[in-house]
Amino acid sequence: MARLIQNRQRHILPGFGLNMGVMLFFVGLLIVLPLAALFMHTTNISWSKFVDIAQDERVQSALKLSFSSAIIAALINLFAGIMVAWVLVRYDFIGRRLFDSLIDFPFALPTAVAGMTLASLYDHNGWLGGLLKSVGVQVVQTQAGIVLALVFIGFPFVVRSVQPVLADMNQEIEQAAKSLGANGRQFFWRIVLPTILPAAFTGFSLALARGIGEYGSVIFIAGNIPYVSEIAPLLIAIRVDEESGYESAAVIAILMMIIAFILLLLGNVLQRWTRFYQK
Amino acid sequence: MGRILLITVTVIFLLFLLIMPIAFIMIEAVGSGLQPYAQAIGNQATLHAILLTILVTAVTIVINIIIGLSGAWLISKFSFRGKAFLTTLIELPFSISPVVVGFLFILLFGYNGWFGKLLDNYGIQIAFAVPGIILVTVFVTFPFIIRELIPLMQEQGKDEEETALSLGARGWSIFWHITLPNIKWGLLYGVVLCLARAMGEFGAVSIISGNIQGETDTLTLHIKNLYDGYYYNEAFAVSSLLLIVALATLLIKSFLEWSFKPKTKYKTKTTLKKT
Amino acid sequence: MRYKQQRPINFIKKSMLGIASFILSAFLISGGYAQTQTILNVSYDPTREMYRAYNDLFANYWLNTTGRKVRITMSHGGSGAQARAVIDGLQADVVTLALSYDIDIIAEKTNLIPVGWQKRLNHQSAPYVSTIVFLVRQGNPKNIRDWNDLIRPGVSVITPNPKTSGVARWNYLAAWGYALLQPDGSDEKAKSFIGKLFANVPILDTGARDATNTFIQRGIGDVLVTWENEALLALQRLGKNQYEVVIPSMSILAEPTVALVDGNVDKKGTRAVAQAYLEYLYSPEAQELLAQHYYRPTLESVAKKHQNRFPNLQLFTIDQIFGGWHKATYQHFVEGGIFDQLYTPQKQK
Repeated sequence: MARLIQNRQRHILPGFGLNMGVMLFFVGLLIVLPLAALFMHTTNISWSKFVDIAQDERVQSALKLSFSSAIIAALINLFAGIMVAWVLVRYDFIGRRLFDSLIDFPFALPTAVAGMTLASLYDHNGWLGGLLKSVGVQVVQTQAGIVLALVFIGFPFVVRSVQPVLADMNQEIEQAAKSLGANGRQFFWRIVLPTILPAAFTGFSLALARGIGEYGSVIFIAGNIPYVSEIAPLLIAIRVDEESGYESAAVIAILMMIIAFILLLLGNVLQRWTRFYQK
Repeated sequence: MGRILLITVTVIFLLFLLIMPIAFIMIEAVGSGLQPYAQAIGNQATLHAILLTILVTAVTIVINIIIGLSGAWLISKFSFRGKAFLTTLIELPFSISPVVVGFLFILLFGYNGWFGKLLDNYGIQIAFAVPGIILVTVFVTFPFIIRELIPLMQEQGKDEEETALSLGARGWSIFWHITLPNIKWGLLYGVVLCLARAMGEFGAVSIISGNIQGETDTLTLHIKNLYDGYYYNEAFAVSSLLLIVALATLLIKSFLEWSFKPKTKYKTKTTLKKT
Repeated sequence: MRYKQQRPINFIKKSMLGIASFILSAFLISGGYAQTQTILNVSYDPTREMYRAYNDLFANYWLNTTGRKVRITMSHGGSGAQARAVIDGLQADVVTLALSYDIDIIAEKTNLIPVGWQKRLNHQSAPYVSTIVFLVRQGNPKNIRDWNDLIRPGVSVITPNPKTSGVARWNYLAAWGYALLQPDGSDEKAKSFIGKLFANVPILDTGARDATNTFIQRGIGDVLVTWENEALLALQRLGKNQYEVVIPSMSILAEPTVALVDGNVDKKGTRAVAQAYLEYLYSPEAQELLAQHYYRPTLESVAKKHQNRFPNLQLFTIDQIFGGWHKATYQHFVEGGIFDQLYTPQKQK
């Protein structure tokens, strides 16, 4: 009790109680309670049943597909994002401002519309699908299509994380480096890259997290073929629809969260490591 | 040399990734003429979907503004135990699949869920109704505004507020006259982000809504329904509405960035021009 | 500072006002419906077009006979998925599902529908019937004529997931019945027939309409096994020169059923109009409209009039072959049932 009062004295500004109340209410109602429901639902499932569902081949291939696609897409976005950010910050060209404002377009466009559009574009009789077909590449109904959709929806993350860091880089550093005889390539690898890497990783892990759970844009283009192009969120949606499929849905949801958590944790460690390395 | 190559690659990449879909939606939307286009948008089902989407988005934004202001104030002005935990919880919705979100709320508010029967006794319907749609949308957009505000409030510190307090100002008036003016652009920026996401949410809503046409079908669900009913041009016509809103939010966003983050972004032109 | 440090009240007030008026107007407009009664029909996938037309017909009829307005809202999806949603609280006034078992499940798991519901309306609560046929691509390149062509290697068959879709169950049972009724047919033979059939299925959609989209929009598969009405509708809407309907030598008589959801109508006070909505399905006008949408009418006179519209083929019923839905479900579709044994172990290509 004494401690509480002491605590309160440390809060000079008013509103602690009120705002704490508001936050506890909303976080409790909207986040803690639903998650608790999921975990409680899972505790009703016996361990052997849990393992059975987790080891089901269809579940495993859906999980593998979701995570591998998200990782590939986030990697593509990492490289493409750094390139785009570099070009937008460093070079002036016609339409630069337009492109710069359009970077966030994938965030603003509803994912379902994005999925429908990409599916129609890359369909066998779409604008690009026909073109790709003639060179023997099929995008729809394959993992390539899923990766494409995830690249689209996760694209802004890396660009927007890297851009301000690049812009903030001091021109003097560059001139100093140049005067010391560093050429453009050395400058990029030794100075620029280490500086933007932590931000790039932040963008990467955001894109990854988003890609793992993405549903709306993917289901249109994926073809949703079990074992081939059926992502884990879709399998959850299917299981929710099935008679007595809630257990299975809950297990897949939990598995997804656990793997995502581990991945993001790894990402965090990696990010800290790059920060450390930078110093 | 390398510069031209880089610019070319980037421009081609962006053309394919961003410009092509925009053009495609517009062309498909008016693919069967302007009159069918107007009809697709003007019919009652579409109008209802528009209104529902506006309602859901507006309520979501209001709730998120309350959460955002309250939470950012709490986290940036006070130190307390469990702050890191609270921050983690706030960010959690980012990494949960929308489908799972829909499923979670069915587990809570479905008739056989935790609160379904209880609420049903009082005639309150949440799952398969508008309140359910709003709840999942708030969940999905939960971090958007608050994440914009926390760093902003932290950066601004609490000196101004504390000075005002020592001069005898009351809590509300401090908030109203000092804090809010400092964060209003950040708030608006968060609102724009939240709006874009709330308006377009699909996965979570499709699970919780029950997909009642003319009742719980938001614009994105309506589009899926049209698409499933072989009405491709109509689906793209309605999509073009969302495209227009999306482009408008980008415009507002660019404007806000321009006026609210002037230090970091467009400085580039003057300091880091051609080397 | 770029902006003046003035009171933000105006700014905030204005935006709050804007949002408030948005919400208000939305409520007002949705409040406009309050005058009319609204009922919700929870249905399966391919009935979208048919019920859209029927709802207009019924609303007119209701207005003319009672002077009251009614608004009918629809929810479509896989039949099993829809039943699940009603069990979970979707406020259906009537359910019009693909098979009686899905309504039985609602009756069993909730107290919304009494157990003897199927006797409450004519024809075992089936105002229209249909059967299962094939839709193939123009020119029938794989030369698909009958069920046994579906198990040939290299033929890709599209049928939805029997766990969520009504038509998928009918498809499955029709194929099983065909194999069983062959001169040397047996349960074992039927089982291996179904096993081979599902080895040819690359994708299991949730509902009939998803499967149609897979076949037509995404161009997957050589043959779509689906409702007669869905196949004929696809032909009508998407052009006769792209697809052909193939009628197998025999098929199952598929009886989609309808029921009043007593628990919900009593809560909402819509019993009278919901009851009338179902009964009117049996009227000559409605039966005529059903036939226009390629559902086989159960009213003799209308059925006779349209007999050219529907091909004549040997139809067996679920009671004849399987002893009813409960036995069929228990044998085939429950977890660990024959379908699970046959489908799960195969890795599709």
